[in-house]
Order: sequence, then C-alpha cells, then structure tokens
Amino acid sequence: MRDAHFKYVLRLADNALILGQRLGEWCGHGPFLEEDVALANTALDHVGRARMLFSHAGELEGQGRDEDDLAYRRDEREFRNFLICELPIGDFAFTMIRQYLLDVYHLDLFERLQASLDEGLSGIATKAAKESSYHVRRSREWVKRLGDGTAESNLRLKTALDELWAYTPELFSGDMVDDKVIADGIAPELAVIEESWNREVEATLKLATVDIPKPLGWEAGGGREGLHTEHMGRLLAEMQFLQRAYPGLEW
Amino acid sequence: MEKKQLPLWEVFVRSRRGLDHKHVGSLHSVDATQALQAARDVYTRRQEGVSIWVVRSQDIHATQVEDEQGFFEPAEDKVYRHPTFYEVPEDLKL
Repeated sequence: MRDAHFKYVLRLADNALILGQRLGEWCGHGPFLEEDVALANTALDHVGRARMLFSHAGELEGQGRDEDDLAYRRDEREFRNFLICELPIGDFAFTMIRQYLLDVYHLDLFERLQASLDEGLSGIATKAAKESSYHVRRSREWVKRLGDGTAESNLRLKTALDELWAYTPELFSGDMVDDKVIADGIAPELAVIEESWNREVEATLKLATVDIPKPLGWEAGGGREGLHTEHMGRLLAEMQFLQRAYPGLEW
Repeated sequence: MEKKQLPLWEVFVRSRRGLDHKHVGSLHSVDATQALQAARDVYTRRQEGVSIWVVRSQDIHATQVEDEQGFFEPAEDKVYRHPTFYEVPEDLKL
C-alpha cells in the first residue's frame, strides 16, 4: 500500500512546516538580538526540511502535486501534524520547552530514519539529524537555564511543561499508517523512540529542577486524522494568505 | 521592565583549517556555553567557519590612543629592522 508511505512522509512534512511557521513568529520579537537570529535559523531549518519532505511526498503520491501545492493549497482537515506543533508560541519558556520536547523526538527519529529502506527519506533524514543535534543542544541548554534560573523563570517553565505534557503521548501513539511503514522497513519502531525520549527528557528536567507532570487523565490527539485545535485555522490563514488571495503567484 | 545588558563577548572565527582565527565581531551572552552557541547562530550561518573562539571583552587588554607615541612611533625611523634594508653581496653563496 503506497498510500501509507505517502501519508507517513506527509505527516513528517506537516510537523516540520507547522513548527517552523510557529518559530518564525518570533522573528523580530526574540528576547535579545542573538536569540532572535537563533530562533529564525531554527525556523528556517524546519521549513527547509518541510520542503524536501513535501517534494518527496508529492513524488510518492504521483498525482503531480509539488511542495507548494501540499503546503499552501490544502485545508485544515488535510493537515496531519501533531497538535503540539500548532499550539501558539506562548512565552519564551513555552516555546523553548516545546522545542526541546520535539527536538529530542526528531533527533532520535531522523537518526533512525537514516536506515530507512526509502532512500529518498534516508537522505533527508541524514541532513535533518545534523540540524536536530544542534537544535537539541540549544533547547536543552535553555530548559536547564530557565528551570534552574530565577523563581520566575522556573515557574514559567513549569507552567509551560504542565500545559504541554498531555500533548506528548500523541508523538508515540501509532496507527495503521505507522504499522504499515514500520512493517515495510520505512520507519523505525515508535516504542524504541519513546523509551529513549523518556530517558533523555527525565534527565534534563532533573537538571532543570522541574518535576515531570503527573498524568492529567486526558491526552490530546487527532492531529494525524486532521482534527486540529482552534489555533490551526488562524495559523493557516496567515501562512497560506498569499496563495489563497493570488493563486499560483510566484516571486 | 528592568533592562540589564548581558556580558559582552568578542568572537573569533577560523574560516578554514590551517588559517588563523579572525575577529569577526561581538555579542551579548550570559556565559561561555551560550556565547559559543550565539556565535554559531549569528556569525557562521553562511558557512563562514569551522571553529569559533569567544572571550569576554573585559578580558582583552588593549593599547589606548594615548599610548601611540611611546608604543609605535619609535619604530618609524628604524628601517634597518626590515630585512630588505640589507643588500646581499653579489658573490655571497647562499
């Protein structure tokens, strides 16, 4: 079933694009100049990998859709990103801890995807893994600083982590698409990634003197079925405005 | 809101292996770890380097304009300190 293969790559692309779009919102609003440039760099890394993944997904689909079609001419229900990627940027602590949780996930995922039987995907993963290894260094450093910083920064980090925690199980809850690509040797096992993610995140939060939130009794989910939070529509409205207002416009 | 500047750092980047680190600019950062990361993001995003040094600006001691007379001017009339000042005799076998 080639369909699962296409959907899997599309999900990876959507995560990268939506997270990149959120990071890009910091451009010109970073807490200080050096951090502003760093955030914009990270945003561009994500948009860059989204482009490669969209192109690859378009080839797998074989319907003639290119990266722009997939990024700018799909509606909310057709996007397949994790909900955690689309949440508004919040304050700096929220942005950095979200980034950290996803950077750790992406680093491990892309390192393992280098062994994918899909050669195109494996090539993209090699490039993305290098970027993610730096992203993790940066966001881990910030999580430690904010957590082990002042009472104010610790509180902000803790509040952000509490808000985000219920969105993390979605990263590891596989469905039929995952089962298929894992069985075909295209994608790695999710359980392995979850285990190392837990280990890494726990170690960092300990250094940050922040406790892992207690289970809240609910988990967010649905992003990969196209069921999004109320924030997604606004994000797309801004991101897709130009192509919606002037279809096919190039520059 | 309190606006306190973070400490200033000077950044040196080696553009290729075998070359010296060159001063490329400065930035604000809370410590060396963050300064290296900030330098990476601000000064090497267009493949400018393969190695970075950062040093606290306050740790660099510099000559001042008023030092010029004593430090540098005495060298002006000492041309014999350049090897080109000396003529090598024609019959000298090197």
